[in-house]
Amino acid sequence: MSAPGSPRLVDSFTAPREILKEFEELAEEEDVDPFAETASKRQIAQRQSDYHNRRFSRVAVDSADAFQGEGAEGEGGYKEAMRLQMLEKEEQRVKRAIEEKEKKAREEDQEKMDLDKTPPAAELEAAEKELAAAASTKRKRRWDVDTTEKTDTGEWGKEALDAAAPKKRRSRWDATPADVADTPKRSRWDMTPAAAGGDAPMIPILMNAPGIMMEDKHNRYLSDDELDAVLPSQGYAIVTPPPGYAPLIAPRKLMATPLPDVGGFQIQESSDAAAMAAAAGLAPELPTEIPGVGNLAFFKAEDAQYFAKILKEEDETELSVEEMKERKIMRLLLKIKNGTPPVRKTALRQITDKARDFGAGPLFDKILPLLMERTLEDQERHLLVKVIDRVLYKLDDLVRPYVHKILVVIEPLLIDEDYYARVEGREIISNLSKAAGLAHMISTMRPDIDHADEYVRNTTARAFSVVASALGIPSLLPFLKAVCKSKKSWQARHTGIRIVQQIAIMMGCAVLPHLRNLVECIAHGLSDEQQKVRTMTALGLAALAEAAAPYGIESFDNVLKPLWMGIRLHRGKGLAAFLKAIGFIIPLMDPEYASYYTKEVTVILIREFQTSDEEMKKIVLKVVKQCAATEGVTPQYIKQDILPDFFKAFWVRRMALDRRNYRQVVETTVELAQKAGASEIIGRIVNELKDEAEPYRKMVMETITKVVASLGASDVDEKLEVRLVDGIIYSFQEQTTEDQVMLDGFGTVVNALGIRVKPYLTQIVSTILWRLNNKSAKVRQQAADLTSRLAVVIKQCGEDQLLSKLGLVLFEQLGEEYPDTLGSIIAAEGAIANVVGMTQMNPPVKDLLPRMTPILRNRHEKVQEASINLIGRIADRGAEFVPAREWMRICFELLDLLKAHKKGIRRAAVNSFGYIAKSLGPQDVLSVLLTNLRVQERQSRVCSTVAIAIVAETCGPFTCIPAILNEYRTAELNVRTGCLKALSFVFEYVGPQSAYYVDSVVTMLEDALTDRDLVHRQTASTIVKHLALGVAGLGCEDSMMHLMNLVWPNCFETSPHVIGAVMDAIEAMRVTLGPGVLLSYVLQGLFHPARKVREVYWRVYNALYLGAQDALVPFYADLSELSEGQNVYDRHPLQVFI
Amino acid sequence: MSSELRYTANTQLEHLHARYTGTGHADMSKYDWLTHQHRDTLSSIVGHPTLTSYLAIADGEATGRIKFEMTERMLQPCGPPPAKDED
Repeated sequence: MSAPGSPRLVDSFTAPREILKEFEELAEEEDVDPFAETASKRQIAQRQSDYHNRRFSRVAVDSADAFQGEGAEGEGGYKEAMRLQMLEKEEQRVKRAIEEKEKKAREEDQEKMDLDKTPPAAELEAAEKELAAAASTKRKRRWDVDTTEKTDTGEWGKEALDAAAPKKRRSRWDATPADVADTPKRSRWDMTPAAAGGDAPMIPILMNAPGIMMEDKHNRYLSDDELDAVLPSQGYAIVTPPPGYAPLIAPRKLMATPLPDVGGFQIQESSDAAAMAAAAGLAPELPTEIPGVGNLAFFKAEDAQYFAKILKEEDETELSVEEMKERKIMRLLLKIKNGTPPVRKTALRQITDKARDFGAGPLFDKILPLLMERTLEDQERHLLVKVIDRVLYKLDDLVRPYVHKILVVIEPLLIDEDYYARVEGREIISNLSKAAGLAHMISTMRPDIDHADEYVRNTTARAFSVVASALGIPSLLPFLKAVCKSKKSWQARHTGIRIVQQIAIMMGCAVLPHLRNLVECIAHGLSDEQQKVRTMTALGLAALAEAAAPYGIESFDNVLKPLWMGIRLHRGKGLAAFLKAIGFIIPLMDPEYASYYTKEVTVILIREFQTSDEEMKKIVLKVVKQCAATEGVTPQYIKQDILPDFFKAFWVRRMALDRRNYRQVVETTVELAQKAGASEIIGRIVNELKDEAEPYRKMVMETITKVVASLGASDVDEKLEVRLVDGIIYSFQEQTTEDQVMLDGFGTVVNALGIRVKPYLTQIVSTILWRLNNKSAKVRQQAADLTSRLAVVIKQCGEDQLLSKLGLVLFEQLGEEYPDTLGSIIAAEGAIANVVGMTQMNPPVKDLLPRMTPILRNRHEKVQEASINLIGRIADRGAEFVPAREWMRICFELLDLLKAHKKGIRRAAVNSFGYIAKSLGPQDVLSVLLTNLRVQERQSRVCSTVAIAIVAETCGPFTCIPAILNEYRTAELNVRTGCLKALSFVFEYVGPQSAYYVDSVVTMLEDALTDRDLVHRQTASTIVKHLALGVAGLGCEDSMMHLMNLVWPNCFETSPHVIGAVMDAIEAMRVTLGPGVLLSYVLQGLFHPARKVREVYWRVYNALYLGAQDALVPFYADLSELSEGQNVYDRHPLQVFI
Repeated sequence: MSSELRYTANTQLEHLHARYTGTGHADMSKYDWLTHQHRDTLSSIVGHPTLTSYLAIADGEATGRIKFEMTERMLQPCGPPPAKDED
């Protein structure tokens, strides 16, 4: 087979060399974990932004329970929390000051270096002295070992440090505690180990910042010994650090700090060497079976540190009650977090039931640290959150001391990108606030309101809005008022206003009753001295107005003036927020006010049209859209004052490049067109259809499409019409990208113009014909698609020759090899056949159909769907033009289509059987279908049964039922089930007609209902159901009663599908036989000694009762003889006679 | 529990049914069931004007009075609930 000149034939093929090499490399690196990448994607912390991960740097405090009396005052509490918060703020301030100072020093230093390349004499001297000292001691010393002589932290020392070792400069990240989590080796807790140990209420939740896991064998520092071994001893000198060098953090030393000292949520036990080793990754095998827990679905290295205590066997008798409890909780949590679903379920139930025994403390001490684990995955988080939810419900007010800790862990969920996480978070916080009470929630969250970290304030605001929705806005209002007016810090006011904003966003129109109060609450913020507060106020007002729309303008009266004044005073972000608020308030106004205020704001809007800020552009467009949509703004005003500037600023090529701008501009223009009229807008942009930039043409086309679709083309005058059609043809021809926009536009505009396109049709059709023969498959496909859209209009214009010409060309194209294109061509042919009718169709149907038969074998979905639709149409309308043989051939092809994945195709195929049967007579089609019941594939059989039922429906049941009954006698199970199923569909479709056939099928149903096979009885019950519903009130009670007696014993079946079908049949019997008869069946077992019987009977009774409550009254038995003592069971009103 | 699991496919329906007044369950007492029957009977009389007039004629009362009495009787149609057994 090789070409004549080729050197030799390769007799075996193997993978390309680079692939083989890749595998070799992979094999070499033994530690490579192929799942590492996907695992990191599953981890929440890995995919979240830095902002989200700031949660790891939060500190939780114990919240004292104010309702518990004096005893609890000792630790924690509001006062303590406020004190801590002050401390933290001070700490941040100092840090910032230090940083500032250092930066200044560095800059100065830089200048000095620039000016004078020689280091100052003093520095040189110091360095020499150090070198001498090092030589005398003879001891190898590493530069970062903390020694006493290096405590000089004076200004001079620092300069020396910077000059001598500029690389070792502290990075900005070490300074801000907010970002501690990002540094791999240092966390704030490392720096002040002593403080953390002594300060009881300040309990860090995070023990998981990577810095903690310093025993990691890959990342730990090299020791002196190791360095000695690695580096040659001669020819190298160890340079001592410069005299002024004082490492701010000495990692090596701190590494020795025993971790458990930190206290709090820490679980790790230093004594447990095995677990430590496991946590450090030294012991690679992770257990899958834990004593007392059993098999787990998975176990991660990180889990070992939390569950260390239960990983090994212990003598339970030596443990105290508390320790036992702790281990029990850990086992349950491990089961819930890592177990298989059934294990998880029972564990969850246990932990819920025993929650009050365990107590809030031990439970949350275990749960919360798990939630702050960095490698937490979605599933684990979901489960743990679920645990908290269940436990909260049980613990009720016992959670009070843990409110803040829970909040710290749950609040981040409120800003999660996953919707369900947000919902979960909301749910928990709302339950928490119901359990702990408003006063406690406020006192717990109050300190966070003016927290130094924006992240904390943001999440706190969201949490507060959840509290408001859980406990009602009115109860929170006094507090909100106070916070929004806080004089102490602008952060508090900012957060207060943000709470109102979040309330509006979350509760929507539910804010209406409190709208005035909420607006009053934040109104003064518009004139706040802090820019950020003013911006937030405007955003809050926007959110309130959006939530309240279209009501509540009277509540905004107070803020209108400051808002409209504000837009003249502000620039940039502030202005954007103000404009946004105005944009949402204007639609609430009465028409005349809206018009006045719109005019006021338009000046600014037009000025901001020129802005280069993307955000501002978007807001301006939005506001223009909102203003244009209000009733009070007149078309005249829009045409004169807005349109000229609007088009100048936004209808430029540049806007088409950014996706979001593009959409905004199109939306706004369409909105303006609603007021200004279609021709005004189209006239302004129609020339751009011939622009040289394609994205821009697309933007124009999309706008025209939308405008024409909503307003029609009736006000497009003759001149504009010429330009429009010309432009559309041009842009359609010039398009290079394959998308729907041009096609849709063409279709919409031509359909809107209707008969007015007649003069252009010749040109359009010749374009299509030309493009149908294009080299590119996509172009041909588009031309075909366009044909299907235009067919109706061409017919309207009476251009039948054009249609027949198109039909012929498309017919010739049926040999198309690209399936997508072929599908479009068939669809176009179908559209033409649709409008001209089967008799006038050119090519004639008798030629077209045989051509379609082989195409039916095409496996492409689009082709299948288009051809089945065309064939179904022909079978429906013009079956007589095609010989019966051809139809039978098609029947066999259609059987294959029953296997299609797409439901639409299967349905079309099944319907086609009906049409074909109608024209040919049912016998042949039916025999094809009944034979098909023998095939293996279930889907094919099911579809055949449906097709049989449709044939029965179209040709009358009498043509099919005998054949089905005959087929039922086959000894094959599949066939019998198929027959039953077909009958069930038949009776479903024919409804009341089934009354004529009841007696003929009763014997077969007797057989089926007494069969041993479950499925038989199930399907037979379904038949009985359809039969019973069909013949209700038609006098078939005798046969139905018989069937009822056969169905009834099946009510004890347990398989879900069977019992479902049986219950349905019984329910249907209620309709036919009447509730009284059913009640007599049910009464026998309602008080049966066996519970299993009672349960089933009550189930039937309940269904009966709900279906016919009133009708049952006369059928209830007279149970007066059961009366005893005070209880008289006579129904006296029924015993009255006249 | 176990019976609920047996009807997994239909448990939702069962829960739905249990939410309506008048439906019963396997542990329902004679008193409860009959009370519901009485209430249904009474409300049926109130709801069907023909039944109300029939009773009114028989008792020689106004239909309004009959309606009122029937409604009143719904409170404890079979007398107070019997004392609970120890179990």
